[in-house]
Amino acid sequence: MNRIRLVAAAMAISALAVLPSMAQLKLNGAGATFPYVIYSKWFDVYHGKTGIEFNYQSIGSGGGIKQVIEGTVDFGASDAPMSDVQLKAVAEKQGTEILHIPTVLGAVVVTYNQPAAGTDLKLTPEVLAGIFLGDITSWNDKAIAAVNPGKNLPSMSIIVAHRSDGSGTSAIFTDYLKKVSPTWATKVGAGTSVNWPVGLGGKGNEGVAGLVKQSEGAIGYVELAYAVKNNLPYAQLKNRAGKYVGASFEAVSAAAAGSARNLPADLRVSITDAPGEMAYPISGFTWLLVYKSMKGKEKANAMVKFLRWAMGEGQSYAKELYYAPLPKEVVKLCDTKINAIKAR
Amino acid sequence: MTGKRIITAPVETTGDGEAILPVAAPSLSVSGRRWNPGDFVFKHLTLFFSLVLLSLVFLMGYEMYRGSAITLEKFGWEFLTTSTWDPVMDEYGALPFIYGTVVSSLVALLIALPLGLGVAIFLAELSPAWLERPLSFLVELLAAIPSIVYGLWGIFVLVPWLRLNVQPLLSTHLGFLPLFKGPAYGFGMLAAGLILAVMVLPIIASISRDVLRAVPNTQREAALALGGTRWETTKIVLGTAKSGILGATLLGLGRAVGETMAVTMVIGNRADISASLFNPAYSMASVIANEFAEATTPAYTSALIEIALVLFVVTIILNAAARLIVWGVTRKFRTA
Amino acid sequence: MMTRERWNFLWRKAKSRGMTLLAVLCVVLAVAPLILIFSYTLLQGVSALNMDFFIQMPKPVGEPGGGMANALAGTGILIGLGALFGLPVGIMAGIYLAEYGDNPLGATVRFFADVLSGVPSIVVGVVAYILVVLPMNHFSALAGGVALAILMLPTVTRTTEEMIRLVPHSYREAGLALGVPRWKTTVRIILPSALKGITTGILLALARAAGETAPLLFTALGNRFWSTAIDQPIASLTVFIYDYAKAPFEDWNRQAWAAAVVLIGLIFLLSLLFRIVTRQRYAEH
Repeated sequence: MNRIRLVAAAMAISALAVLPSMAQLKLNGAGATFPYVIYSKWFDVYHGKTGIEFNYQSIGSGGGIKQVIEGTVDFGASDAPMSDVQLKAVAEKQGTEILHIPTVLGAVVVTYNQPAAGTDLKLTPEVLAGIFLGDITSWNDKAIAAVNPGKNLPSMSIIVAHRSDGSGTSAIFTDYLKKVSPTWATKVGAGTSVNWPVGLGGKGNEGVAGLVKQSEGAIGYVELAYAVKNNLPYAQLKNRAGKYVGASFEAVSAAAAGSARNLPADLRVSITDAPGEMAYPISGFTWLLVYKSMKGKEKANAMVKFLRWAMGEGQSYAKELYYAPLPKEVVKLCDTKINAIKAR
Repeated sequence: MTGKRIITAPVETTGDGEAILPVAAPSLSVSGRRWNPGDFVFKHLTLFFSLVLLSLVFLMGYEMYRGSAITLEKFGWEFLTTSTWDPVMDEYGALPFIYGTVVSSLVALLIALPLGLGVAIFLAELSPAWLERPLSFLVELLAAIPSIVYGLWGIFVLVPWLRLNVQPLLSTHLGFLPLFKGPAYGFGMLAAGLILAVMVLPIIASISRDVLRAVPNTQREAALALGGTRWETTKIVLGTAKSGILGATLLGLGRAVGETMAVTMVIGNRADISASLFNPAYSMASVIANEFAEATTPAYTSALIEIALVLFVVTIILNAAARLIVWGVTRKFRTA
Repeated sequence: MMTRERWNFLWRKAKSRGMTLLAVLCVVLAVAPLILIFSYTLLQGVSALNMDFFIQMPKPVGEPGGGMANALAGTGILIGLGALFGLPVGIMAGIYLAEYGDNPLGATVRFFADVLSGVPSIVVGVVAYILVVLPMNHFSALAGGVALAILMLPTVTRTTEEMIRLVPHSYREAGLALGVPRWKTTVRIILPSALKGITTGILLALARAAGETAPLLFTALGNRFWSTAIDQPIASLTVFIYDYAKAPFEDWNRQAWAAAVVLIGLIFLLSLLFRIVTRQRYAEH
């Protein structure tokens, strides 16, 4: 008899533990790894301020888009804007539109693990495409040497690292390659998932950064924050204006400057290969994918309040985490979008 | 328990104290003469839960079949023979993953089978009793290490070792073989095969050991009496235990085929078919783990569910075959 | 002078010795990775283990420190849920197989229970996604619990059956002789006797569930915050290790090793308990 009482008591106690915790409001989101560094900072700070939990899982832009279509999360995040087909799917399945709210600007850098190259490797669009197409396979290839006179590069195999998951970072990177290399455009194309001609696949920005860090001779593309936080060098790229530019807050802002004037109404735009002498060629917006009409009044209010904070105080965190804040014109357009968010 | 009449008739006992109850005792009638509602309910309650278990397996198969309807219809059997995996164009062919799974499992078995057999022989035939217990425990402990920890070790220890020591060595001496061509990534088919070998070894070793132990001693005694050496005796025992060892191998293969985390972390995640073990590859379990959460189109999800279905069917067949064989073997020995 | 027979004998003897050596070599090669993995994990992980690690929450990306308190709780809740769903089914099915199962249906159930134990955990995760995540429309600890329950079922069922079969028939006959209905005999006499053995089966199943990662990836997903709600995504020790191992941040890598130490410690503890309890049981009988 006593044993049964004990078991019953244990079950009761454990039942208490698993009751849905009623204290704080929680929102679940999933998506891009590109902005994860700043989003995790934002959600942590915001939680400290308001007690509201934004639980963000960085599973890749592809994952964010899918979960938003399925409605298994309250919001998504992606550095690749959703396609018309995907937007239609959301409208059908969830009965509401998706708003693309840009949050920050970031740079996709080409990072490498080659001590002989130092920290200022220079790459042109042709060489970059050649490496990722598998045409250039050794570090001492003439094409690389031509743009890097004075460097003594060894005859080591180039280990290419790319994303294995559906990635907005890949979308930005391949979008750039598509624009600058006709061979890439026909052979591979652009998108969150492409048929990479060569290389190892890593999961998430962290996965690629990890691969590059651990493999000598490796080269890969990651968001700037990941390269910096891991003391990985990144290359200077030749932009449209012919200048070699390294990724920085100024260079990314320069790339965005031109685009702010002709932003489409739904705020989906690519700013790769931007004109301008100071522009970094592989820059991109990253978006939060928010339902126009959200389930639950409390959640909708929380979302709106958070977005306003992100557009205001949140932007001040961008620079120290190696992202660039949004241009003022973009913020104004965002405010209009945020006002449209309703509850149902 | 109250109010029931207690039988106080004298009861005979066997030599070791077990009661031989008189046949006339009224409560002994299990065939149902003393029908009890409690018995009926209880029996059918337990039957119900057994059926739950049984139907679960069929439910799993059915749900996966339903979930992969789109690609089953669109591609049919070609799904298993085409190599294009293009989520952007919604074209799916699972061949690279099947190849990756098959080759990594084969590499694993090639290493784990001889090693595992050696361990089994040692434990069953050669080891002194005081050593056997702790050694068996250690080998079984290998099986208890979670896959994720293997993967962790794989990334930080195995892969660098392969990239910096093993692969360059293999390249220099055996690089003319298509098996060892290509740059030394570290990650790749070889890493996956090696880690699977370590994970499959304990299964083959412990089951083979049990099978060897089940072989009646008369066989060994006969061989020794005829003047055979230890090794020759073992050879004969092995011959008898052949099918049991086959069963153990099939079970090990089943584990290798379904292993996810450790493989995902070291295989390189590249949907490519290549003869070289140095090349990165992709296994069926890995592609599901990596891409399921982000399959954006219904066809994409369906393709991944179909791969899960293939894995399901393959492991069921392997396990069923193994169980039937091992069952058969140990039953044969029990009646011998 | 060496006769042909003597030569032959010496050669066979040498071969036998050689094979013994080979077998010993195999054992060494088999045990070596175990020792390597254990020692490497301990070495790497122990340095990052401190009180903070156990009670703190994860810190934002790139910031050093933080802990895995939510992951520990999450794993506890997940295996608790798994036990909640899996144990009743497993134990009852095991009782059926032991008491009433010597017939074709019982043989089929037994067969499929064994077959189920070989299904890869990733496949179970896919099924749990289809069965729980999709209808609920979001990831949840519940879905993870269901996946773990399915994984625990075969072990619990077969162990329960084996342990009940091991109870001597005299117990059963004594109960029946005293007029106790059959079902009561099973529940009040047989089960308590087999309880120790069944508990070890449960411990084994829990240990396996605690070490699972793949099925949790798209059922329970993960959570950076403290969460014990079953209808929300939840963190877990194994997914924590996965995320932190892939990351390029060295601090995170070290935390992954520390979490691995905790996980192995947990499983080792459960396995040791299992060994101790079974040894005790055998000693008693």
